[in-house]
Amino acid sequence: MADIRARIAKRAAKEFKDGDIANLGIGLPTMIPDFLPEGVSIVLHSENGFTGLAGTPEPGEEDYRVIDSGGKWVTTAPYVNFFGAEESFAIIRGGHLDMTVLGAMQVDEEANLANWIIPGKNVAGMGGAMDLVVGAKKVVIAMTHTQKGNHKIMKKCTLPLTAKKVVDMIITEMCVMEFIDGKLTLTEIHPDYTLEDVKAATEAEFAVSPNLKVMEEE
Amino acid sequence: MKNKMLTAAEAVSVIKDGDTIAVGGFLGTGSPEILLDALVAQGTKHLTLIANDGGMRDDNPYTGGRHKGVAKLIANGQVDHIIASHVGVNPDIFAGMSAGTLKCTLVPQGSLAEKLRAAGAGLGGVLTPTGLGTPVEEGKRIIEIEGVDYLLELPLKPKVSLIRADYCDKFGNFTMLKATKTFNHVMAMAGEIVIVAAEKVFEIGEKDPDFYQVSGVYVDMIVEGEEPWQI
Repeated sequence: MADIRARIAKRAAKEFKDGDIANLGIGLPTMIPDFLPEGVSIVLHSENGFTGLAGTPEPGEEDYRVIDSGGKWVTTAPYVNFFGAEESFAIIRGGHLDMTVLGAMQVDEEANLANWIIPGKNVAGMGGAMDLVVGAKKVVIAMTHTQKGNHKIMKKCTLPLTAKKVVDMIITEMCVMEFIDGKLTLTEIHPDYTLEDVKAATEAEFAVSPNLKVMEEE
Repeated sequence: MKNKMLTAAEAVSVIKDGDTIAVGGFLGTGSPEILLDALVAQGTKHLTLIANDGGMRDDNPYTGGRHKGVAKLIANGQVDHIIASHVGVNPDIFAGMSAGTLKCTLVPQGSLAEKLRAAGAGLGGVLTPTGLGTPVEEGKRIIEIEGVDYLLELPLKPKVSLIRADYCDKFGNFTMLKATKTFNHVMAMAGEIVIVAAEKVFEIGEKDPDFYQVSGVYVDMIVEGEEPWQI
């Protein structure tokens, strides 16, 4: 499982250009900075109020005024800037983020996203997720292709939506799919899988790009 | 100049049973702990609480073993209704919801900030695409502007806002350091009565005017004595 998560994070890391402003969701997306290509440095936005999220402090070196959106103590980059919720979300909602990478429970053919209500569990809340996917210029979903054998890339999401028509790209351990002219399109496939494997693991209808590429690990 | 300096107990005495209050901060970081402690001691009940989240309970590893932020009010059974963007970190909230003692209204974080700002800035509401096509749009108006749909989010106005600052002057101009700013500025704008708890209070004119981030015009009461370790 660890290598599958790393594979997805590595591929997602290739989407970034040097200097991109990004917000990374909890879990797998937080692995992305470790895999950024040589010469690519990105600016991480933390929705609780700063741009310039860096890493984890050494024990004893925590600054208790500096937490991330999960409440953990973090360190900041030299160019960090701190602000309140109104500005943090103006940055998100005003189109100032180049990209957000998030996990998902379901994505569908219409580029709809469901990632905030887990069936049968207490609803923790959307936090900033709805704002992020509506506001960021590019929305990349990085997730395992299926969940315990259940489809996650659907004809139509069955879970309550986080937002409508917002997903630009899906990266899984099997493949990369992109919405090209509104149509879900397979653009890369991992060498461990065949097209039939991807079709079997995907409920949604999708096109196959004429330039279908190999999803490279390195 | 009007004296705004009070003790924490004097200041929170304006909060009565059933009031709507707003508390700044994010998972307790940037929340005014001395005001929350005084409100716990006062024991005011049936509050509607506007906050980003439910704070952190004392068993969370990032608390130093004490309730952080609004978790104090929830643990003490003082809140009937919480309006927040995310309540998953504090298990007391799910417990209260299951027991039927706590109602929870979830608002996207950006909309929560803008609803408060709208109340403070005299706006009739805010139009946003966030929440369209999701459970958030239920019961709200959708307004089309130049061919694009937006959700109308109405202003959210607390009776009392509890704000944390690092520095304040006796007029109420205040400054928050690093990531303690979250929601404190918009809640100061929105509150009918605004109480600022600061680590250090300076005399008027003692600091350069550009030292302060937020206007003291919003501030009605000032309490000194926030401690850095409480953050």
